[in-house]
Amino acid sequence: MANVLVCIKRVPDSSSELVLTDDGQSVDARHVGYTVSPHEECAVELAVQIAAATGGSATVLTLGPAEALEQLRDAIAVGCSAAVLIEADADRYGASDVADAIADLVQSHEAQGKPYDLVLLGNDAADTGDFQVGVRLGYALDRPVVTGMSTVELSADTFVARGDGLDGTRVFEVAAPAVVTIMEGGVTPRYPSIPGRMRAKRTAVETVTPIRKPTGSGRVRLKLPPVQPSSVQILGEGPTAAPAVVDLLMELGVLSR
Amino acid sequence: MIAVLVETDSTGASLVTLEALTFARSLAERSGLGPVHALVVGPVDEPLLAQLADQGVALVHQALDERLTAYAAAAWAAALAQVVLEVAAAAVLAAGTPLGNEVLAHLATRLDVAMAANVLAVEEVRPLMVTRQVVGGAALEEMRLEDGVAVFTLAGHACDPESVAEPTTPRVSPFSPTLVASDFRAQVARTEHGVADSSGALTKARVVVGAGRGAGGPGGFADLLELTELLGGALGVSRVVTSLGWRPHHEQVGQTGSQIAPELYIACGISGAIQHWAGCQNSKTVLAINTDADAPMVTRAHYAVIGDLHEIVPAINAEIRRRQTAS
Repeated sequence: MANVLVCIKRVPDSSSELVLTDDGQSVDARHVGYTVSPHEECAVELAVQIAAATGGSATVLTLGPAEALEQLRDAIAVGCSAAVLIEADADRYGASDVADAIADLVQSHEAQGKPYDLVLLGNDAADTGDFQVGVRLGYALDRPVVTGMSTVELSADTFVARGDGLDGTRVFEVAAPAVVTIMEGGVTPRYPSIPGRMRAKRTAVETVTPIRKPTGSGRVRLKLPPVQPSSVQILGEGPTAAPAVVDLLMELGVLSR
Repeated sequence: MIAVLVETDSTGASLVTLEALTFARSLAERSGLGPVHALVVGPVDEPLLAQLADQGVALVHQALDERLTAYAAAAWAAALAQVVLEVAAAAVLAAGTPLGNEVLAHLATRLDVAMAANVLAVEEVRPLMVTRQVVGGAALEEMRLEDGVAVFTLAGHACDPESVAEPTTPRVSPFSPTLVASDFRAQVARTEHGVADSSGALTKARVVVGAGRGAGGPGGFADLLELTELLGGALGVSRVVTSLGWRPHHEQVGQTGSQIAPELYIACGISGAIQHWAGCQNSKTVLAINTDADAPMVTRAHYAVIGDLHEIVPAINAEIRRRQTAS
């Protein structure tokens, strides 16, 4: 049996155009939709699969504003049975602050008789792209940590995690309890069912406030990359443009005569 | 001293490691934080040493321990931390690859300092302030690294590797890092070679033929694969294509896939969402083939052909074959 905690983050939907707040400290919430990253959707799917396969549980957690309840409820709708909101201004939290807040919650649940055998996270947050919360959490909890995995399964007391490497699929076998970060590609996230959506509305979300004050992320300001005016040269329309394309290929030296 | 973690592949030091070495050298020159030392885990052969000499490396720290043969991020970080403390490094850099980000995250945690991922530039030296990519490159963040050692990974292709005019003759300093059992709690147990992962070929390809929703379905790739073969390139696809299961995930270019930097990227039937642009923005030249002249991929491209890829790509293939036969 494996009790899994899966950590997600409410992030701006990067398919929309970003607008920053006047102080450059965050993305202007009035102009974007919010979502969780594809990595985390896969982490939630894996948490639900592992819980089902082992007769354990899948609990979803986020650190963020009250609005992040929306993302927690989405995770319940696809199979998580419990949810925790660490209510905080995520923009003031650096990677180590987030890891500490999650570790405090894990330890507090453990003290209440709710231990987690596996903590899953996305490989990197789609907004801050820090690539380190999972690793820092591993150290904070003194547990083995593997990053960038596509799948995880429980075999006896060992988690077997697989991820793409340049020379093939790398396999890690880590003793429980462990921390694993997930990359998109190993599983297909399921769609919420109607009963799932009903359950998501009913399920009480545990809301806690962080024990420690954040030390900060080191952010000075956000800025948008300079907008490059379009300088596209249209080579033509339809198949008649083929000779012009091949001329270009030869000019660029990517096609030998 | 600035320490650079060296990642190797079949060519010796990987391209992104050479970029990190060039970046470190230029930082050393303008900041006075130098010289640049390299850390290699495992063997250092002559060709690798020559590459490091070409990058102006002063000293190569070589971590030797038979337990390091199978990759374990914590053990690599333990070795790196030992070097950092011994030579009082002011900064530690690695390429922003999965390995580079993972090992440096371990290192920063062990040193109890911040880590900045995907750095593009160092804006100020004392204290260090960097600009890095966030939101998949849709925004940039200026971040201060106030702690003792500045730990950061570089965004792919943040600079081009440049050799020094006068190669150095770096001394190799082998050492046995102090490693404990907990450094090996997460270690590669084995590598399975069942499914070919082409992402290595994709990130190194001179030409990438990209395909998006416009491919139309899993059977819509024949002409694109033929063009890929005619150009000796690699096929890369958008997230829509892998999400729909039309092509395997390791072919994905974008924020959650590979970051590419080919001489030419031919983006066929790809609208060019920020998520995809994050993976292909370092392409030297972009040619877009799209039915929509207003698609972001078209307006951001250097060249474009407007129309259906299923009509245009076969015509390009035929024209290439015609010219090859004629010559």
